[in-house]
Amino acid sequence: MLDREKVREIVRKYPERRGALLPALHLAQKEYGWLSPEAMKEVSRALNLPEATVKGVATFYAMYRRVPAGRHLIQICTNVACMIFGAERLVDLLKERYGLEPGGTSEDGRFSLMIMECIGACDRAPAMLVNEDYHPDLNEERIMTILEGYK
Amino acid sequence: MDKFLLRGIEEEGSAAIASYREKGGYAALEKALSMKPEEIIEEVKRSGLRGRGGAGFPTGMKWDFASRDPKFPKYLICNADEGEPGTFKDRPILEKNPHLLIEGMIISGHALKAEYGYIYLRGEYPGAKVVLEQAIEEAYKEGLLGDDILGKGIKFHLSVHQGAGAYICGEETALIDSIEGRRGQPRIKPPFPVNVGAWGMPTIVNNVETLSNLPLIVSIGGEKYAGIGNPECPGPKIYSVSCCVKKPGVYELPMGTTLREIIYTHAGGIRDDRPLKAVIPGGISTPVLTPDQIDCKMDFVNLPKVGSMLGSGAVMVFDDTVCLVRVCWRALRFFEHESCGKCVPCREGTGWLRNILERIENGFGRKGDIELLQDVAHSMAGKTFCPLGDGAANVVLSFIRQFHDEFEHHIEKKECMA
Ligand SMILES: Cc1cc2nc3c(=O)[nH]c(=O)nc-3n(C[C@H](O)[C@H](O)[C@H](O)COP(=O)(O)O)c2cc1C
Repeated sequence: MLDREKVREIVRKYPERRGALLPALHLAQKEYGWLSPEAMKEVSRALNLPEATVKGVATFYAMYRRVPAGRHLIQICTNVACMIFGAERLVDLLKERYGLEPGGTSEDGRFSLMIMECIGACDRAPAMLVNEDYHPDLNEERIMTILEGYK
Repeated sequence: MDKFLLRGIEEEGSAAIASYREKGGYAALEKALSMKPEEIIEEVKRSGLRGRGGAGFPTGMKWDFASRDPKFPKYLICNADEGEPGTFKDRPILEKNPHLLIEGMIISGHALKAEYGYIYLRGEYPGAKVVLEQAIEEAYKEGLLGDDILGKGIKFHLSVHQGAGAYICGEETALIDSIEGRRGQPRIKPPFPVNVGAWGMPTIVNNVETLSNLPLIVSIGGEKYAGIGNPECPGPKIYSVSCCVKKPGVYELPMGTTLREIIYTHAGGIRDDRPLKAVIPGGISTPVLTPDQIDCKMDFVNLPKVGSMLGSGAVMVFDDTVCLVRVCWRALRFFEHESCGKCVPCREGTGWLRNILERIENGFGRKGDIELLQDVAHSMAGKTFCPLGDGAANVVLSFIRQFHDEFEHHIEKKECMA
């Protein structure tokens, strides 16, 4: 369930209720792992906004997921600096090892993969986020060791 | 030059309020609270501070416009969207020195008579969110934020608004839409946000690094600040240096340090001492430079003289092993993905540019593709709703202008020179 008290607390930070929409979507996604139609409905009820408004906003932003996610979300950057240091090879490796396609989830539901546009870690490229943990200085060996830590 | 923006960030626990106070933090706030708002704006004008978000707009002038608007409430928004590829200069402030930004924002709030502030933080920085929220809580506890700051009868509230992965939300009017809970798409200007911004009210949007200069300006005074770096656009500047250098990282230097000094003295030169091939000086949206142009001073005045821009000050260095057609293609894939879709030249143009670059890169380039790229780019530049489309077009035009041979070679020989 979406924490209504938390939503009310967020709403107080904005002069209009709608300001709380992005934070409320983040909250719902944290709760359910993705923004299912039901989750969006709940946000729309909590903020008293039309469902279409909520969906319109949720579909604009890359970080809101409209398909169920795996237990752990891998967000790997392939922008210029990361590309130069081999990020594309790492993406291929994730496919070989876990059957992961960009935007997809592994069959066992363990990992989901998102390709990112620059996560501001260019000095330690290539880099990724796993859930909310930041992992820079990746190579083929390191990425595997790190991911083995996420069961 | 002593570091100011990044002072002490290598120390453990640098984000805590106690260690910020040890470095003299919040002394400038006490001074600022005893000044009249107009006096602070006057100091900012005298300082010559120009916005560090990319456009280099004079901060004092922006503040003057906002403070002349009779409407209240006014909102102060810190732009911490930092989405420009290659850019990681705000991140150390957000994660390691958050109280510098908070102090800067309280001072700015007082100067602008804004009682509410938001930090628009990109969703890709979850670590910074935790640090900032903790720092804001500390500041509330010590009476630095709230309805009656340090008993001076001044009110300022601050919170973090987390973005959700959209580069376009770094553009200030799209950012305002996003704070209001909308799809982040740029608005037509005028009216400018200083008059009609968030919720229709006067809104001042400034970059993290810009606002973090406020404590320095207040403590040493605008005049002395104007003596740091290039007098035409003074102050300390954080350059983020990445790709093929020995020591990639952030370097706080006087504004106007040459590209050569940044690359060879501070970032340690090119990895394996290879030859330098190209430099993007200010983030992926800024035109690329050749090795003979690196004596240029890195500031808002001198880079335009060599056909580029300071942008966010994100220096991306490429050696002779890097394929520039590929870099250009990757840049366009970024712009295509991030185009918000509101205006046709950008939405369609970025896709076509990426498409043509992709076939060249994959060895399927056709005769006439270079001219076609230029044609598409020319029908975008200056014709889009916001500068995202210009950036995309100008990147392609500059890569072709500066490295024509490399594109030709790709098309004719179906292979890469690098
Ligand atoms: C596509 C686009 C993306 C932008 N991204 C950012 C950003 O991530 N951070 C930022 O501070 N400014 C960004 N800007 C510039 C802002 O629109 C605005 O000029 C800036 O926040 C003003 O602050 P300043 O005067 O302190 O530089 C962007 C502009 C455009 C057109």
